[in-house]
Amino acid sequence: MSNETLVSVENLGVRFAVKRGGGWGQASYLYAVDDVSFEIKRGETLAIVGESGSGKTTTALAVARLVEAYTGKVNLDGTDFLALDPEASRLARAKMQFIFQDPYSSLNPRLRAEQIVREPLDSLGTMDETEKKKIVDRLFAEVGLRPEQQRLFPHQFSGGQRQRIGIARALATQPDLIICDEAVSALDVAVQAQILNLLRKLQADLNLTYLFISHDLGVVQHMCDSIAVMYMGRVVEHASRMDLFNNPLHPYTSALLSAVPSVDKARREATKRILIPGDPPDPVNLPAGCRFANRCPVATDICRKEDPALRDVKGGHKVACHLVGNDAVSPL
Amino acid sequence: MEPLLKVENLRIELTTRTGVAPVIDNLSFELGAGESISFVGESGCGKSMTALGIMGLLPEKVGRIASGSINFNGEELTTATAKRLRDIRGNDISMIFQEPMTSLNPVYTVGEQIAEVIRAHQGLSRKAAWDQAIELLDAVRIPNAKGRVSDYPFQMSGGQRQRVMIAIALACEPKILIADEPTTALDVTVQAQIFDLLNDMKRQTGASIIMITHDMGAVAEMAERMIVMYAGRKAEEGPVEQTIEHPRHPYTRGLISCVPHIMSNISEERHALTEVPGIVPSLSDFGQNRCLFASRCNMVTQKCLEERPTEKPFANGQKAACWYAEEV
Amino acid sequence: MTDSPLIPTEEIPEARHPFAEAWEMFRRNHAAMVALVVLLLIILAAIIGPYLYPVDPFDMVWSPFSPPGADGFLLGTDYLGRDLLAALIHGARVSIVIGLAAAVVSVLIGVTVGALAGFYRGWVEELLMRITEFFQVLPTLLFSMVIVALFGASLPMITFAIGIVSWTAVARITRSEFLRIRELEYVTASRASGAKNGKLMFRVILPNALPPIIVQAALMVGSAILFEAGLSFLGLTDPNVVSWGQVIGSNRQYILDASFTVTIPGLAIFVTVLCISLVGDGLNDALNPKLRQR
Repeated sequence: MSNETLVSVENLGVRFAVKRGGGWGQASYLYAVDDVSFEIKRGETLAIVGESGSGKTTTALAVARLVEAYTGKVNLDGTDFLALDPEASRLARAKMQFIFQDPYSSLNPRLRAEQIVREPLDSLGTMDETEKKKIVDRLFAEVGLRPEQQRLFPHQFSGGQRQRIGIARALATQPDLIICDEAVSALDVAVQAQILNLLRKLQADLNLTYLFISHDLGVVQHMCDSIAVMYMGRVVEHASRMDLFNNPLHPYTSALLSAVPSVDKARREATKRILIPGDPPDPVNLPAGCRFANRCPVATDICRKEDPALRDVKGGHKVACHLVGNDAVSPL
Repeated sequence: MEPLLKVENLRIELTTRTGVAPVIDNLSFELGAGESISFVGESGCGKSMTALGIMGLLPEKVGRIASGSINFNGEELTTATAKRLRDIRGNDISMIFQEPMTSLNPVYTVGEQIAEVIRAHQGLSRKAAWDQAIELLDAVRIPNAKGRVSDYPFQMSGGQRQRVMIAIALACEPKILIADEPTTALDVTVQAQIFDLLNDMKRQTGASIIMITHDMGAVAEMAERMIVMYAGRKAEEGPVEQTIEHPRHPYTRGLISCVPHIMSNISEERHALTEVPGIVPSLSDFGQNRCLFASRCNMVTQKCLEERPTEKPFANGQKAACWYAEEV
Repeated sequence: MTDSPLIPTEEIPEARHPFAEAWEMFRRNHAAMVALVVLLLIILAAIIGPYLYPVDPFDMVWSPFSPPGADGFLLGTDYLGRDLLAALIHGARVSIVIGLAAAVVSVLIGVTVGALAGFYRGWVEELLMRITEFFQVLPTLLFSMVIVALFGASLPMITFAIGIVSWTAVARITRSEFLRIRELEYVTASRASGAKNGKLMFRVILPNALPPIIVQAALMVGSAILFEAGLSFLGLTDPNVVSWGQVIGSNRQYILDASFTVTIPGLAIFVTVLCISLVGDGLNDALNPKLRQR
């Protein structure tokens, strides 16, 4: 693995205008993604985890420019993807592909499997038919589908096979970055394992870089090299896999990890569940201080007044919490 | 002591376009008072169908109990009248569902919906039922219950709606609570809260819980005994900890090892996940006289294809329907 | 994966287009199949009838008001002694052509408006839907009468007049389908792979939006035939061609004396429109994915 940075996202922000109470008053904004920055090295996997409403999927969509960001940069291989004009960004999409969550709605039901896989090549429009055919044949073999299945329509496949088609489609243009948005959460556990193994094998074979969006910490733990934990549009903790799972620093990360039910008896007995009562604050009227303060078991006055910034506390372990010192010890 | 619920040789048939298929095929199990068991398996294995069968809520005209018995508290449910089943559903067995968004009626306040159940089953006055609804909301830990009782479902979050569902299920103090994937649609921190709530409720009311889930972790946290279902049949049954520690059926083993779990110590090394190849057979293949898991099993022999395995009991209470259970 | 010889390899099903399955569904609907056959017979009669039965419907061939069957005239004659069977056969052409053409006109307008509104949203949608609502609140019969009265009662003008008042339903259906489908992941997937807007609209979304539009179009053929009959009945028709409605219209004074002159073409309209409705109904069931699953 090289140490070259493939993607760097800087201060990304996505907001949605919300009308409250009608009338002509000023539009308020919901900041779904707020000042998010991260880097991914070539050949590695960054996972973004968080619960519903954390902004993890919006981040993924904004990186791929499927949702417009109002501010920020997405540098892919040195060029700012978000600054490209529409036609250039359409062609640049070849370098960045998406795998979707729902294997049932992510394939066009009117197209044959081969047409679905070929679609990105058609959009690129630089190849002749025989070349495309060869690529499609190779992709089918790579994701473990048989050549006879190319002529079938999506409804003739099982959920796992459909997800394989989705993966083949994402690989068609030989992208550098693949964004997996909850790519296995709709699948049954046995099929999920098949797909996760396939993704890891493809990563090793093709030196792929993944941005892996998931709410399932077990899957994330298995797939990623580093993790960003999001809460209410912000990254609250960003660390390598080992650091985050063995030494979570942000109280929210700790709560999240402690909530995962485990088959491991030792872990069940070792972890004390950290309950976070109540609900997240109203995303349109955010509190002045830390967004987690109202549910945090150790919040102090400063947490309610000042918004903590994400900072490096120890060798790349970044956390946005006033209560974590440079010794990297959890405040809990 | 007689168990609270005793299911024997239950067979539930479903009529499909391709014919009649046994979605539940010769299922027997027992549930003691105050006990909690879990049904586990992939989708399409008959977990939910078992619950619907017990509740007398099988899809009309399509599904029916073909043979076997469901004995609840000394009473046979398979031959009970529709009216008696309705009574039992209200008073003795309640159910909560996966989707808290659609299982509440959007045009009534949550208070009205809870109070209605209380009035129907306890014959209380409007005022008394309303007061009890507030108490129940408080019991399921909805903050400011007095204020939230007149909220409509859309004003609540997913977790709160599932709490309301639990409040409704508890309104008539059931002896058995069936929870069908109660937290699948919820965030993990909310799931932890719901599990805590269910465990507390069980301690306080002494109700038995049947939880249906696909998540082994949830089973480990919530249940004392587990039943693994595959293609309408019981693959394995046993005490949760010992079964997870040493499964006796290749399918159980596969279900546990194919999921990446968070263990107490994360190491740098990562192995490929164990795969269970293929998928659950389609309904038309159910009911054959062979091991239905054979096509996905790496221990398969000719015998598995020719004869349905019988259940092998082990000393610790585990039972597995596999010809080679000792070797697993 | 294990490659044990005991594990059978999975069979590959036949590659069947979704429309092939819809046809399978349709065939099982007996009423719709009967209606389809009758409809095809009517269309066949309209196409080859005039060659098999070469009587000019405008010729006065016999004494007026001959009852059906009399003197070799199967359906009798009208108030001017013209052959009703000939009128029915020639009228079928006009009625069906106007029905189809008007349906095509309204589908073209409706799909374009609905697709643009549903795809682009924002001010485009606002504008187009206000226009749609404007057409919806017009009294349709009066408006088309005004058009025909102003611009002359030629066949193309009548077709246009019917089309222009009946496209709004198609537009609304198309828009709502577009609003639903544009949010599905396969559309996002196409966008993510660099598809242009035109392709997204017409090659990705539209084919998936077609089923309800097809059903609506089929039903519209029926209502267009009725509409044309209504206009002809009121005399707003091309006097040089026969249509079913025109036969009814011109014989209406004699409805009490020779009711068959009105009931026979009326029956033709009734049967045709009923068959179209049944076929439309069958299409609706066949194309509805919710019903297709078992």
